[in-house]
Amino acid sequence: MIRKIMTADEAVADIKDGASIMVGGFLGTGTPEVLIDALIRKGVKNLTIICNDGGLPAKDGKPARGVGKLLEHKMISKLIASHVGMTPLVGQGMNEGTLECTLVPQGTLAERIRAAGAGLGGVLTPTGVGTIIAEGKETLTLNGKEYLLEMPLHADFALCRASECDDFGNFRCNLATKNFNGVMAMAADTVIIASERIIRTGENHPDDFVIPGIFVDRIVGGEQPWLI
Amino acid sequence: MADLKARIAARTAKELKDGDVVNLGIGLPTLVANYIPEDVHVVIHSENGFTGLSEEAKEGREHPDVVNSGGCFVRYTPEANFFDTPTSFAIVRGGHVDVTVLGAMEVDEKGNLANWIVPGKMVAGMGGAMDLVVGAKKVIISMLHTQKGKPKILKECTLPYTALGVVKMIITEMGVMEITPEGIVLTELHPDYTVEDVQAATACDVIVSPNLKAMEEA
Repeated sequence: MIRKIMTADEAVADIKDGASIMVGGFLGTGTPEVLIDALIRKGVKNLTIICNDGGLPAKDGKPARGVGKLLEHKMISKLIASHVGMTPLVGQGMNEGTLECTLVPQGTLAERIRAAGAGLGGVLTPTGVGTIIAEGKETLTLNGKEYLLEMPLHADFALCRASECDDFGNFRCNLATKNFNGVMAMAADTVIIASERIIRTGENHPDDFVIPGIFVDRIVGGEQPWLI
Repeated sequence: MADLKARIAARTAKELKDGDVVNLGIGLPTLVANYIPEDVHVVIHSENGFTGLSEEAKEGREHPDVVNSGGCFVRYTPEANFFDTPTSFAIVRGGHVDVTVLGAMEVDEKGNLANWIVPGKMVAGMGGAMDLVVGAKKVIISMLHTQKGKPKILKECTLPYTALGVVKMIITEMGVMEITPEGIVLTELHPDYTVEDVQAATACDVIVSPNLKAMEEA
């Protein structure tokens, strides 16, 4: 079997300046922090980050979380997200002209990523019809209802967080850490997961891992529960 | 102010029916959960990935993997079910949410809604709002009637739309309004205000229902 388990630094070693990277998580919950930290150690720049949001900023003595750390280190030149209201650094970067931010409705973001991973040419959604989101996009009227054609969204890398995985990469995300982690694992050339716990294949029942290990290229351990 | 928000939340809670699947936005709409009568059982959808949202977790009772869509640590009910974002928004767009309660920056008499961006000033992003208002069976806007005295209920929104023609009902501290093809109809008026007060705080014609009632308190 291909050996996929490695350190976080080894796992991100070939991520270069300008790479496009999907990052799982919702305001940091379900974001693989050990991979984010490794990216910061590597010091890559001009990243295109695709994530639900901008993570969380450092606040009230607590450190930044997830994509919020990449923003602090000015590693992002383009952010594709659904909500950035919690991270003032995004607005600041946009005003300074150092950060481009494209806002995508959350459900559309999920389906565009899914479309890329599922081999679909695009998605027809009623979300955003009649708004500035529809500008420049094709619309179709089917059975009297108008839809926007939204295109697939693919990335060079996906950084996903697992609660538990086996050494083949089959994984599970507990409770509300699922969010984008499973779908992003389908939609990138190279998929890296960081897991709280890694077991040997066969130690768990196959039903325990709902996300197929065939999507996963690299496995990193050491992901911690987020301590409040 | 807190009392006014509690009043709005309490009145909004009366719109929820037993068995409804409900999504509550961040801020004032979240308070609605505190006023749901005991004999009305609703399932609260949290768009970050579960149904069965319960109350905010008390200090020391937080679970690191359970937050709501505002990133707050919360608890969940015994019937809770957790899922990924594609499933969460299939639930939203697919018409499986009965009621969504949101705030607004602007609403207009055609039921158009603006609540996600002030160009050049505030870039928050729509998050799940655009999907929710398009997909939920009933959209209720629960908010303070004005923004520091400036009307938020308008003839036509000036800010970029979240969606067109989706709002069915507006609940404020002044009363309850329904959006009809004829315009905004005031159906309930809070005893602290007159119809003239409501009209003065609203930048479009307010049609007074022939069956105007006093706004129900909690």
